[in-house]
This record gives sequence, structure tokens and C-alpha cells, in this order.
Amino acid sequence: MSAISMILVVIVAFLAGMEGILDEFQFHQPLVACTLIGLVTGHLIPCVILGGSLQMIALGWANIGAAVAPDAALASVASAIIFVQSGAATKSMGTATAIAIPLAVAGLFLTMIVRTISVAIIHIMDKEAAKGNLRAIDMWQIVAICLQGLRIALPAVALLIIPADQVRAALSAMPAWLNEGMTIGGGMVVAVGYAMVINMIANREVWPFFAIGFVLAAVTQLTLIAIGALGLAFTLIYLDLESKAGNGGNGGNGGSGDPLGDILNDY
Amino acid sequence: MAEKKITLTKRDRWSVCWRSTFLQGSWNYERMQNGGYAFALIPAIKKLYKTKEDRAAALKRHLEFFNTHPYIASPILGVSLALEEDNANGTPIDAATMSGVKVGMMGPLAGVGDPVFWFTARPIIAGLGASLAISGNILGPILFFVLWNILRIAFMWYTQEFGYRTGTKITDDVSGGLLQKVTRGAAMMGMFVLGTLIERWVTIKFTPEVSRIKQSSGAYIDWDKLPNNPTAIKTVLEQWNMGKGMSLTEYKVTTLQDNLDSLIPGLAALLLTLLCMWLLKKKVSPIVIILGLFVVGIIGRVIGLLG
Repeated sequence: MSAISMILVVIVAFLAGMEGILDEFQFHQPLVACTLIGLVTGHLIPCVILGGSLQMIALGWANIGAAVAPDAALASVASAIIFVQSGAATKSMGTATAIAIPLAVAGLFLTMIVRTISVAIIHIMDKEAAKGNLRAIDMWQIVAICLQGLRIALPAVALLIIPADQVRAALSAMPAWLNEGMTIGGGMVVAVGYAMVINMIANREVWPFFAIGFVLAAVTQLTLIAIGALGLAFTLIYLDLESKAGNGGNGGNGGSGDPLGDILNDY
Repeated sequence: MAEKKITLTKRDRWSVCWRSTFLQGSWNYERMQNGGYAFALIPAIKKLYKTKEDRAAALKRHLEFFNTHPYIASPILGVSLALEEDNANGTPIDAATMSGVKVGMMGPLAGVGDPVFWFTARPIIAGLGASLAISGNILGPILFFVLWNILRIAFMWYTQEFGYRTGTKITDDVSGGLLQKVTRGAAMMGMFVLGTLIERWVTIKFTPEVSRIKQSSGAYIDWDKLPNNPTAIKTVLEQWNMGKGMSLTEYKVTTLQDNLDSLIPGLAALLLTLLCMWLLKKKVSPIVIILGLFVVGIIGRVIGLLG
């Protein structure tokens, strides 16, 4: 990897680290982080595919309140770097995906450390606030964000220092059953993210929508965008019918309430 | 109502909105998003208060504990802007009112933000993007990034403006039916797409053979009797007829997977998801489940159950 690529990778890692806490632009999501690393290292398409598969796993990861989810930022950056270092071959995709999981946990601890350091930072802010010093508040906020960036950028540097040959040798030394087994596991762990999301949003009212979506997915001619459009249509129809039913009694039912009966009566 | 001496221009409000992007930057275990909240309001504080004491008081008010969904903070920031503006224009508003409004809004609103953004919008948009990306399509990440950020910035700006215009009255509007309807609609849409994603992207393949039947001659292509010239390929393709004609092998093999698929395609994936939901409800850590599934994958591969 050239020096320029390395610097760009570290910049991407820094952005991902910042976003891991800010959660605004989504640079920390595997889909974006892996793609950017692919872009700057010249392995764009394989990294897009890696990002897609990691994204499927990370779909349900979210920071709620004070709880921190597994860290998508370190997972995506580190596994993309390892993937690129090993030559971005399709067969190491399963391994790169599997490596991401323990990294996501490691990232979680790093986040906790930085969040604890930030307690000290806001105490400094308190002092500066008492002096009415606006510029100091700005500066310390930026320092705190940069710490979050470094949280991912430093591990990225460490990974880049490991020679690519060693990464490749380690990965190719892996027996086939382990490699393939991890790929199989990767296909299944996707379910955990979905389960997390369902546990959050499911209730009696929305389960039928789940069933329709599940059954329709078997029609392979329908792309996801087509299915999304169907889902939106069903939802709008449901909400619309519901509001009509709410004021139902007075409006709409001018006839006998039986259109077929009305037609027959007209004869 | 008295003429306002100082008003916040659109430019000031936009500056606050942009800074609220960094709301969670100094997220800490003591007062959570407080640093970010004060940071976001600094352009307004700078404009509204000129003395050191006034600025210090304003900063202190906003360095109080604060935590909500990062995008949902926008309408609350809008309300704070309206209150601070009134305060600077001579309608004294005490610090207790200022924090009361913030605390009163952050809890209920976070309850809307998390399911709508983190558990519906992001899984849907990222799921769409990821399914394109897995097939090597660069549009996947681009779609996700662009769509998400347009939605996010639009939401943050318009809700902040809404909060600024309505001031403290916002709580009445928020408890109205529309917000609830949006939340429910989002959950329906989310469940629909999740059903699809589970069928398409959770992959489990059981390899054990259930049956192996020797087919009668004529039902399969007899590879030994093909002419030894290029027309053989044509003959085979005609006999195979895109899978509708003769079988390619002498034995008809049915795997466990074929049997499951003939019930409902994706049944195993569905069952696995239900199992995960159950485990999560039993407070099993997601990390443990994920690592467990990798172990199951490896063992399954070794004993030849999964492929």
C-alpha cells in the first residue's frame, strides 16, 4: 500500500471514529467506511461487497440512551484494512467478516474509555463557562470529538504497520473448514441484528406486515425497491382505512353498505 | 407584545443547526450530551448576550444534564433558542423553566426518535444499500449515504425551525395524533421490510441428504451415449431444456434444505430469527449470540450438517 493510501485510510478511520459517537453522517457504518477504504486503496468493488455483508450484520446496532451497541466503526475499519492487506480476495471475505465481531466488542470498550475521559473535559468546560469564555467551550468540544476520532485512527495505524505478507500468510494458513465455517456463521449472524430490531418495534398490530413481507420476498423477480414500494403502499392504505373507519359512521355509507347488493337492486 | 431588540437571524439558526451535528461529540457518563448542547447554542449566546455574566449564566443553563436522540434534539434546541431570545429581550425566564422545558421534551421525544431512526429508517435504507452492495454495486453505499443525509439534515433544520416558531407550545403539538401516526406507520413499514430481509439475506443451508433415488433410464441424460463431437453440447442442452427436461444426474438427490424450502422458502431463517429474539428477551448478550452462531457454523461445517 502506498504512503498516500495509508494516510487516506487513517483519515477515513478518523472520520469513522468521530461518527461512531456523533451518529450523524454515518461514516462509521460498514457500508460507508468499507467503501471509502476500498476507494482509497484501489480495491473498491471487493470492499463494497464486504461493506454490504458487514452492514447486514450491523443493521440493528444502535446507541440507545447511555447503552453502547457493538462498535460498527472499529469493526468496519479494521476488517476492511485486514481484507485489503490480505489482497482483497473473495475467499477471505468470510474471515474478514468474522474478525469484525470481536473488534466490535473491543471498540465498545474504547468508546467507554473516551466517554469517561469526556467527563473530565466537561468539568473544564464548566470552569470556562463560569468565565463566559465561549471560544474555550468550542475548543474543548472539538478536542472531545478528535479523541473519538483517534479511538479508531490509532488502531488503524497499528494494523497498517503489520506487513501485508504476514496478514496474507496468517489467513491462508487457515484450514478450509474454519474459513468456510465462519462464512456459514456469517450468513446466520445477520439474524441477530434483525431480531434486535424486531424486539424493539414489534407489536400485535405490525406482525401481519412482517408476514406479508416475508412471503413476498420469495418472489425473486421483485427487487428490494419494488418490495419497499409495496410495503409503503400497504402501510398508507392501512393508516388511511383506519382514519376512515374512525369517522366511518357518518360518511361514505350512503347506500346499504353492500355495493354488490346496490348493483343487484338497480336491476 | 414589546418590540424585540435582538432577534436571531436565519443565518444564526442555521449555524446552531450545523453545530448540533456535533451534539454527541463530548458525550460523557456524567451529563451525557450537555457539552454538545452548549456548543450548539454558542452562536445564539454570542449574539444575544454581550456581558461576561450573561454569557456565563447562559452556558451554565445549558451545561446541565441532557440526553435524547441526536436528531430529536433539534426541535428542543429550537425551543431553547426561542426562550433565550425572549430572555435577552427583557422577558426574564429563569433557569428552572429553561431546563424544565428541555427535560420535559427529551424523554418522550427520544422514545420516538430511537424506533423511527435507529430501528426503522436506518435498517430499511441501509438494508437496501447493503443488498445492492453485496452484489458489487457501488450505488448501494452511495444511495445509503445520500438518502440518509438528505433526510437527516432536512429533519434537523425543519424541526428546529418548528421548535423556534412554536416555542413552549410545541409540547401540545407533539402529543397530537400525527407524530404517533408516523411512529406507527414507520413500525409497519419496518416490519414489512424486515420480513423481506430475513427471507433474502439470512442464509442457512442444510446439506444432509434425505433421499437418493435412482431414476429410470430416459429420465436423465446418459452421458456415455452422447456423440463424441461438438453437437453433443447441443444435444445435452436440448435434453436438459433449462431444467424442465431430463435430469443431469442418474440419482435424484433431495437434501433437507429442499424439503424445508418446499414448505416455505426461508423457513429456517425465520426460525433462527425467532430463536434470536427469544434469546435476546432472555437477556442473552447479542455478542454472545453472534459468537455462538459462528461456533455453530464451524461445527456444522465440520460434521457436514451445514454448507
